[in-house]
Amino acid sequence: MSDLLLKVSGLNKSFFGVRVLRDVGFELTRGSVLGLVGENGSGKSTTMNILGGVLTSDSGRVELAGEEVAPANSRDALALGIAFIHQELSLFPNLSVEENIFLDHFPRRTGRLPFINRRILREQAKKALELIDLHVSPATQVMRLPQGERQLVEIAKALTRQARLIIFDEPTTSLTARETERLFEIIDRLRGQEISIIYISHILGDVLRLCDNIVVLRDGRVVGTGPRPDFTIERLVTLMVGRAIDQLFPERDPGSPPRSTALSVRNVSQPGIVKNVSFDLKPGEVLGVSGLMGSGRSELARILFGLDPYSEGEIRVGEARLPPLAPRQAMDKGLAFLTEDRRGEGLMMEASITDNIVLPSIVERSSGFLYWLKPTALGEAARGVAERVRVNTKAIERTAVRTLSGGNQQKVVIAKWLLRAPTIFILDEPTRGIDVGAKYEVYKIINQMVAAGAAILFISSEIEELIGMADRIMVMGRGEVRGFFERAQFDREALMKAALWD
Amino acid sequence: MSRLDSRTLILIALRLAPLVLFVVLCFAFGLFSDRFLSLANFRNILTQSTHVAVMAIGMTFVLLVRGVDLSVGSVMYLVAVVMGLYLSDVSLFVSIPAIMLIGGVFGAINACFITGLRIAPFIVTLATLFIGRGFALYLSETKMVFQSDTVQALGRTSFIGLPWAIWIAAVVVVAAWITLTQTPYGRQIYAVGADPDAAGKAGIRVRAITFSVFCICSVCAAIGAMISVSQVGAAAATFGYQEEFPVIAAAVLGGTSLFGGRGGVFGSVFGAVLVQTTSNGLVMLNANPYLYPLVNSLIIFVAAWVDGRRRILTERLEQRKIRVEA
Repeated sequence: MSDLLLKVSGLNKSFFGVRVLRDVGFELTRGSVLGLVGENGSGKSTTMNILGGVLTSDSGRVELAGEEVAPANSRDALALGIAFIHQELSLFPNLSVEENIFLDHFPRRTGRLPFINRRILREQAKKALELIDLHVSPATQVMRLPQGERQLVEIAKALTRQARLIIFDEPTTSLTARETERLFEIIDRLRGQEISIIYISHILGDVLRLCDNIVVLRDGRVVGTGPRPDFTIERLVTLMVGRAIDQLFPERDPGSPPRSTALSVRNVSQPGIVKNVSFDLKPGEVLGVSGLMGSGRSELARILFGLDPYSEGEIRVGEARLPPLAPRQAMDKGLAFLTEDRRGEGLMMEASITDNIVLPSIVERSSGFLYWLKPTALGEAARGVAERVRVNTKAIERTAVRTLSGGNQQKVVIAKWLLRAPTIFILDEPTRGIDVGAKYEVYKIINQMVAAGAAILFISSEIEELIGMADRIMVMGRGEVRGFFERAQFDREALMKAALWD
Repeated sequence: MSRLDSRTLILIALRLAPLVLFVVLCFAFGLFSDRFLSLANFRNILTQSTHVAVMAIGMTFVLLVRGVDLSVGSVMYLVAVVMGLYLSDVSLFVSIPAIMLIGGVFGAINACFITGLRIAPFIVTLATLFIGRGFALYLSETKMVFQSDTVQALGRTSFIGLPWAIWIAAVVVVAAWITLTQTPYGRQIYAVGADPDAAGKAGIRVRAITFSVFCICSVCAAIGAMISVSQVGAAAATFGYQEEFPVIAAAVLGGTSLFGGRGGVFGSVFGAVLVQTTSNGLVMLNANPYLYPLVNSLIIFVAAWVDGRRRILTERLEQRKIRVEA
C-alpha cells in the first residue's frame, strides 16, 4: 500500500510570461486517492494537463514508479498508464459503448488484417463494464446514455488500458446524487485494485470524504498538503482564498442609490441550466456575480442578453419585457454583453479595430432607408471611443485586432459596446487573461460608466476583483442563486463558502 | 421525460422522411404512368443509379469527416477521357486498376491541399473541379471520346442475370460497408467526424484519416465514371458535368450528415436509387425537361433541411447540463 507511484517535484510553467505554476510538488502512493483543490486559475488544471500529456512543463520532474516521464501527448500518457478523465468527456456519442472503449486498440481478427473481432470486442467490453457495474449492452450508442453512465464508460476505457493512475477533473458536476454515489463506490473499488486516483473538485465535502491525502493550490503554488484528518472545510477554504490583495481598485463615489430599477429578473429558469434566478439591478450599480466555473454565471448572462432560451420567469428592462432569444431587442433596450470568449465570440480577429468597434452600431449609424454606410462618420465615432478606452494604437483603421495584446483587445470589445452607450452592461470575465495595468484601466472604464448612470452586471472568478469593484455580490452555484452580499458583508471566505456549499 | 421521447420520435420520423418521399414518388409516378411500376423499369432504375450509388459511397466517406468533394464530376470526365484515348487497347484487368490509380492520385492532390495547407475542402475541390475538367478538355480537345468495344460490352452484358454495373456496385458496397463498420479505421472515421479535436486527443491520426477519405472518394468517382461511360459508350464534353449534385444529394438523402459523424453505405445507395427514380419518373411522365433541375434541387433542399433539423435536435439532446433536475 505504501509504495510510491507518482512523485512530482519543482514543476514550473508560464503562459505568455505569466507564471501559472511555481515549484509545484506532491506525492501519490499506490492505491490511494489524492484530492486536489484550489480556486479557478490556481493551477490545478495546468498541473493535471502536464501529467496527462496535454501540456509540457517548463521545468520540473515527474516520476512514475521511480522512472522520470514526460508524456508529450495524451497517447503517451495513456501508454504510461495515466488516464485523464476530463470534465468535458471525450466520448463519441455517435459510436457504441464498446467502440468508444476500444477506439484506439480494437481487438483484431487474425494477424495483421485490419478487421475488428466483434466477438472478442463484445466479450472484453462486457468484462470492462462489469468491473464498473454498468449494466448496459456494449452495443448501445453512447448518445443514449445519461451523463453519469458516460462517465463510467470513460472509466472502463481507462481500465482496459491498464491505467495505474486515473485523474478525475470535476467528475460530479453533471451527475445526480445517485450517480455520484455510484462513482464514489467505484473509486473505492479502484483503490482496492491498487489504482491511484487524483480527484479534482470544488465540492470540498466530497474531497474530504473520498481522499486519503489533500493538496491545496493557490496562485500556482502548493499552500497546503497532508493527510485528510489534517483538514476541515474551514481550513481548506482559508488556504484556498487566503491571499493578500495585490490589486488596486480605482476610487469611486458611492453616490446615493437611485430608486428606479434598470434590469429586473424574476424567477428565470431553464431546465438543466438555471433555476429561479431573481435579482434587481439599479442604474449606477455594480452587481458582482460570483461562483465557480459551471455554476451558471455565464449561462445566465447569455440568457439575459437573449442568446440562450429561458422557459420560465420574466426579464424586464424598465417597463418592457424582454422575450427569450431576442438579442437585437435586448440591444435596442440598452443592453450590452461582453463575452468571456473574447477571441471566439467578442472580436473579428482579422478585421481592423475600427471595423470591430462599429459593427454593433452599423445599422443605427447608417443613413437613409437604404442604410448607406458613412465611413468617415463611423471612423470618427470609432476613434472617439477608442481614445476613451485608451486603445494603445493610433492607426485603428489599419491595425488588425489579432496583433493587439489581450488587454487592448478587451478594450476594443468594450469600446464597441460603448459606442452604443449601453445602460445595462453585462461583463463576463472582463479582465481574464489581461495584465495588471490593463485590468486597472478596465476598472476605470467601468467606474466612468457607472458614474454616467449605467448598470453593470460584473461576472468574475476573482473574488478580490468583485470585492474591490462591486456594490453588491450575488453568489451562484449549480444554476441557482445562493445568496446576496452587501458591501459591508464582503468577506472572501464567506463568499467562497457560499459558492462551494451545496 | 415525455418531451425527450417526443424528440426521439421526431428524430425517427426525420430518418424515415426519405423513405416516405420514395413511396410517395413511386405512388405518384405510378398513378400517372402505367409503365413506371413495372419490374423492367425498376431494374432499369437500379442499373442507371449504379454509378451515382458508387460515387455517393465515396462521398459518404468524405462527408463523415465533415468534408465535401465537389470535384467528383470532373474526375468522372477525366477518367472517361483517359480510358477512351489511352486505354482502349488494354484489357479491363489493366485499365480498371489504372483508372483507380488516376482517381487515387486526383484525391491525393485534393487531400494534400486540405490536410497539408489546411484549405477548406469546399474551396480546394471547387478549384480542382475546374482544373480536372480543364485538363481533360485539353486532352480531348472537347471532342466526343468513344470507348473501346470491351468497355461498351461491359455496359451491355450481364452476369448471372444482372448487368455488370450492378455487380461492380455490389462489390464497392460490400467493401465500403466492411471498411466502415468492421475495421478500426472505419470506426475512427466516425470518431473524427463527431469531434476532430477529441479524436486527436484520443490518439487517432486525424490528418491521415482525412487524407485517405478524399482518396477513397476520388477512386469511387473513377469507378463510377467507368460504369457510366460503359453504359453510354462515349463521353461528350459535358460528361459528368454537375454530377456532384446528385451524388451529394444521394448521400445526404441516405442519412449521411453534412455535419459529419453520421451516415452509412446502404443509406447512400438508397439515396442514389431515390434520385434516379425521380429522374426516371419525370421521363416517364414526359415532363418538361426544364423542370428536372427544379425537381432535383427541391429534393436536395428537402435532404439538407431534414439533415439540419436532425442536427439541431441531436444537439439539444447532447447539450451540457449544469444542474440536475430532480
